[in-house]
Amino acid sequence: MATTLILGANSDMGRALASKYASKGYDLLLAARNPNDLNSLQSDVSIRYNINCTTIAFDATKLESHIDFWKSLPTVPETSILVFGFMEENEKAVTDSSILLNTIQVNYTGAVSILNIISRTYKENKKGQIAGIASVAGLRGRGSNYIYGSAKAGLIAYLSGLRNELFKFGVQVTTVLPGFVYTKMTENLDLPAILTAQPMDVANSIYNALEKKQDIVYIKWFWKWIMLIIRLIPEGIFKKLSL
Amino acid sequence: MKKSISNWGNYPVIQSNEQSFSLVSELEEKLSKSEEVIARGMGRCYGDASLAKNVFSTLKFNHLLGFDSSTGLIELEAGITLESILDFVVPQGWFLPVTPGTKYITVGGAIASDVHGKNHHVEGCFSKHVLEMDVMIASGEILTCSPTQNSDLFHATAGGMGLTGIITRVKFQLKKIETAYIKQKMIKAKNLNEIIELLDKYSSYTYSVAWIDCLKSGEGFGRSILMLGEHAKVEDLPESLQKSPLKLPKKKLLTLPFYLPSFLLNKLTVSIFNFLYYNKMFKREINNVISYEPFFYPLDAIQHWNRGYGKKGFVQYQFVLPLESREGLVEILKKISSNGHASFLAVLKIFGEDESLISFPMKGYTLALDLPVRKNLFPFLDELDELVLQYKGRIYLSKDARMQSKMFFETYPNAQKFVSILGKYNPSKFISLQSKRLQIKL
Repeated sequence: MATTLILGANSDMGRALASKYASKGYDLLLAARNPNDLNSLQSDVSIRYNINCTTIAFDATKLESHIDFWKSLPTVPETSILVFGFMEENEKAVTDSSILLNTIQVNYTGAVSILNIISRTYKENKKGQIAGIASVAGLRGRGSNYIYGSAKAGLIAYLSGLRNELFKFGVQVTTVLPGFVYTKMTENLDLPAILTAQPMDVANSIYNALEKKQDIVYIKWFWKWIMLIIRLIPEGIFKKLSL
Repeated sequence: MKKSISNWGNYPVIQSNEQSFSLVSELEEKLSKSEEVIARGMGRCYGDASLAKNVFSTLKFNHLLGFDSSTGLIELEAGITLESILDFVVPQGWFLPVTPGTKYITVGGAIASDVHGKNHHVEGCFSKHVLEMDVMIASGEILTCSPTQNSDLFHATAGGMGLTGIITRVKFQLKKIETAYIKQKMIKAKNLNEIIELLDKYSSYTYSVAWIDCLKSGEGFGRSILMLGEHAKVEDLPESLQKSPLKLPKKKLLTLPFYLPSFLLNKLTVSIFNFLYYNKMFKREINNVISYEPFFYPLDAIQHWNRGYGKKGFVQYQFVLPLESREGLVEILKKISSNGHASFLAVLKIFGEDESLISFPMKGYTLALDLPVRKNLFPFLDELDELVLQYKGRIYLSKDARMQSKMFFETYPNAQKFVSILGKYNPSKFISLQSKRLQIKL
């Protein structure tokens, strides 16, 4: 059976993706900083769906370890999904350089580093699927969240370029743009229920998008239109808004 | 962040700080920073039992840890729902040993409420089938308990309304089934005497429960339908189903998308509801085979049916009276019927013997009624409490939102013993709105 790699499997979205792919019969490679955190998830998906599931340590910020990580995988996964991300309050990322660096390293540098390695293999094999979870925050910088947003903007541009390059080699690259999602990262935010997705919605959308080889996928259809409007606002007006 | 939350009765609604966890280590860390905590799963208890200043949602703590398909032993984290277990075990020929009338509850909730099902008179409460469990107590330490190891913690956790700590791991025994179907028998009863006789007569059935029209007065007072069931064997099924007897066709759920205005639920509409229900059956007795879902979970087919009681919410009043207090049952039913506090459904059941610390069931009759919250309901329920007390009965804590502390301590004979065990494991961390109201503390 085909294998799916989930990078950042200990997040709520990573966990939902693991259940989704396992329920479809895929074997799993689950990667997280502390693989012990994945033990209960591993036991759940292996018992429930009777699939093979391996957990591996992976640290997005340790770029030098990425090649060894990829080489150490027991098999080359047909699908690789990049889920990890890091968001702190914008004000903290502005004033604290370690938080700033972590935001950029996890969301951009680390993501690009591991995807470069994965895509090289896929390019050689002339097959493979990559999905990267970016964010609608990367589509236009807003005063309330522009450090995280700009890192995700970098990732969006990277994924677009990668898609362009790998298309000729039959490799699919999908950019995932979630809006609000109920996760531990957003537990303390007051999110509007009608606009907010569950982690399982994200997993279902990503699975379907990869099946249909969609390039860009929003989680919940209206986000596409919300972001279209937000992007169309002239800068002269946008700068006066508090978003 | 503060959020508005309420349980299934939509009463009371409170502002609470809700946190979740998917790992024991996360739970331990968050718990060490919180005071006045209670665990909460699906929020299907009716009243205020799983409401507190700080609520720990167990829903992300929902992993299967072990399953042996030859013995039916299952091990899991407490936030897993009964629905999720059924989806997994039924196709492999196993079923829950005990299930309440909804599958949308967690295993943690099932133990904290020590739920009973239609088979209580034969197979007891949920905790009877639990081999062992782990509980994180107030200190953050995890203790394994079973009927033989840390047994005081085990018995205080079963039916203990979350007050001993947060259940992390549970191991329990499933029940072997041949098919996903139930061989059902439905019998009409003209009045209360007849239904009680029928309940006695058919007590050898594994599953039994009666739906009573408690608004009908005169001759037909207490008219009802007795529903009995056994797990169907392969040969009980029509030939077309015998090939895959453990598979059920997928069904769509209906949702009640908004709150109905509560005036709709007056005596008239409920009378009509009950009348229709009773007269749907033309024959006195029906025997058929149905899938397990409509048999055990008829109301689960309508998501958010609780909204049918309007925004003010409702209270489910469930009490048990000892067998010899049959006249008490008549008196209470008559009082409700003459008072006009409308109820969609009234459910009557016989409980078997039950030795427990704090669980609700005891040998006798239990009756459950849904009553919309409105003016004068609570004084009326206080009057009913008086009768329950007088007839040596008690009230189910999982349904309760308003009982007085005195009533609790007078009707649960082991209440003081329970409180002293709490002193050992939970000096002051796990506190719910209910435990405050009932003054369950040292």
